[in-house]
Amino acid sequence: MDSYDVPESTPRQCASSRLKDYFIGATPLQKRLESVRKQTSFIPTPPRRKIPQCSQLQEDVDPQKFAFLLHKQWTLYSLTPLYKFSYTNFKEYSKLLNAFIAAEKQKGLAVEVGDDFNIKILSKSQLPSEHREGKVLWTGWFCCIFGDSLLETVSEDFTCLPLFLANGAETNTAIIGTWFQKTFDCYFRPLAINAFNLSWMAAMWTACKMDHYMATTEFLWSVPCSPQTLDISYAIHPEDAKALWDSVHKTPGEVTQEEVDLFMDCLYSHFHRHFKIHLSATRLVRVSTSVASAHTDGKIKILCHKYLIGVLAYLTELAVFQIE
Amino acid sequence: MSVLRPLDKLPGLNTATILLVGTEDALLQQLAEAMLKEDCTSELKVHLAKSLPLPSNVNRPRIDLIVFVVNLHSKHSLRNVEESLHHVDAAFFLGKVSFLATGAGRESHCSIHRNTVTKLAHTYRSPLLFCDLEIEDFRATMAQRLVRMLQICAGHVPSVSALNLLSLLQNSENPSLEDL
Repeated sequence: MDSYDVPESTPRQCASSRLKDYFIGATPLQKRLESVRKQTSFIPTPPRRKIPQCSQLQEDVDPQKFAFLLHKQWTLYSLTPLYKFSYTNFKEYSKLLNAFIAAEKQKGLAVEVGDDFNIKILSKSQLPSEHREGKVLWTGWFCCIFGDSLLETVSEDFTCLPLFLANGAETNTAIIGTWFQKTFDCYFRPLAINAFNLSWMAAMWTACKMDHYMATTEFLWSVPCSPQTLDISYAIHPEDAKALWDSVHKTPGEVTQEEVDLFMDCLYSHFHRHFKIHLSATRLVRVSTSVASAHTDGKIKILCHKYLIGVLAYLTELAVFQIE
Repeated sequence: MSVLRPLDKLPGLNTATILLVGTEDALLQQLAEAMLKEDCTSELKVHLAKSLPLPSNVNRPRIDLIVFVVNLHSKHSLRNVEESLHHVDAAFFLGKVSFLATGAGRESHCSIHRNTVTKLAHTYRSPLLFCDLEIEDFRATMAQRLVRMLQICAGHVPSVSALNLLSLLQNSENPSLEDL
């Protein structure tokens, strides 16, 4: 993996060295680029991934600083690279954004008229959040973890922040999204997570070592049948889930497709034995573990600060796939 | 007899029989109807099965082409196909078997990676077709294609055999499948 040499800012520097630890072999984008260069057609292989190591992440994540990110439901969007976005112009951006939102609100799009919005732009990877008398109305943040593979292919003027998380009213998200799209020539798209990726998440998060488990491990399936869809919910004690994973897991530090399939198959066959229902014929809609929970519509809630980076890295990868 | 063999029966006069194997009953039914609507000089017979082995007490004609239908939304259909493949004689895989993957259009509902079916088709050296059987136009096009393939496999097209067709279809696949 080539390390990407950039003369500037902090966000890129430490990412490339850690990328080596996180992925095994070439990233999917590199493989795809290689196949384009060689004029062969590309078959995307699901990569083997390393389980997010606890120690690796704790050095960067300060629990207090990121506490506001936990236990909130975030809606995910994928974002194409931003043109001429600079980390230094935050004050200017906040002024412009303020003005834009005030103008939009006066057009009658929202209920309150004439309120004074105080937009605070925080440093590093957090971006605008609106405050109104100390109560946070809407929070949104851009995120890019280990996005080196995408960074390699874009030119210098572009900043790559492929993952966007928003919490708050839909109208606010829409307004702010429009401003960003107009100012930086980028494009937002809601990030949907399919059942295949949800099962990967379930396996990776069950594999994470936790001192104590805050929530049961829960799965939700949607059965396609008319007239109304039927939902099946399956809850397991988190320690049992971890024990099952440990029995399935072979290579330490790595998660492979076969292990994920075997893990899910064990759950399916157990359910079938008791209820004679083939869960594998239904669609996995929601996965909830002590580390995080994810819904297929692109809603996620992170519960554990230790594995925050690991979760975000996987989501960044999904966002990058969607952009391509 | 639990294993399907390609040449254990005599062919019917001007008859071509296709066997569609898959768990998605509704989709198979619709595909069968679309195929029967096609104009064709041969007499077409379409058999549907949920899985193999087929019950042996039924008198059925010689099967010229087997199409295994996998729904990318359901792992159950993939498992079903994998198990049914054990009941097919090796001689069938000389051009008389094909895989059809449906549901790739709705990416958010997919629970099987495309790569899995590609690998399966590659292991059995058979062509893999993608088609969203739920959409009528695509289904009609696929039905047309299957009817042409069926005619070739039944030997009704002069100077083209099933094996010829197989090598034609395989040349267009990329060689880098080997490093999977």
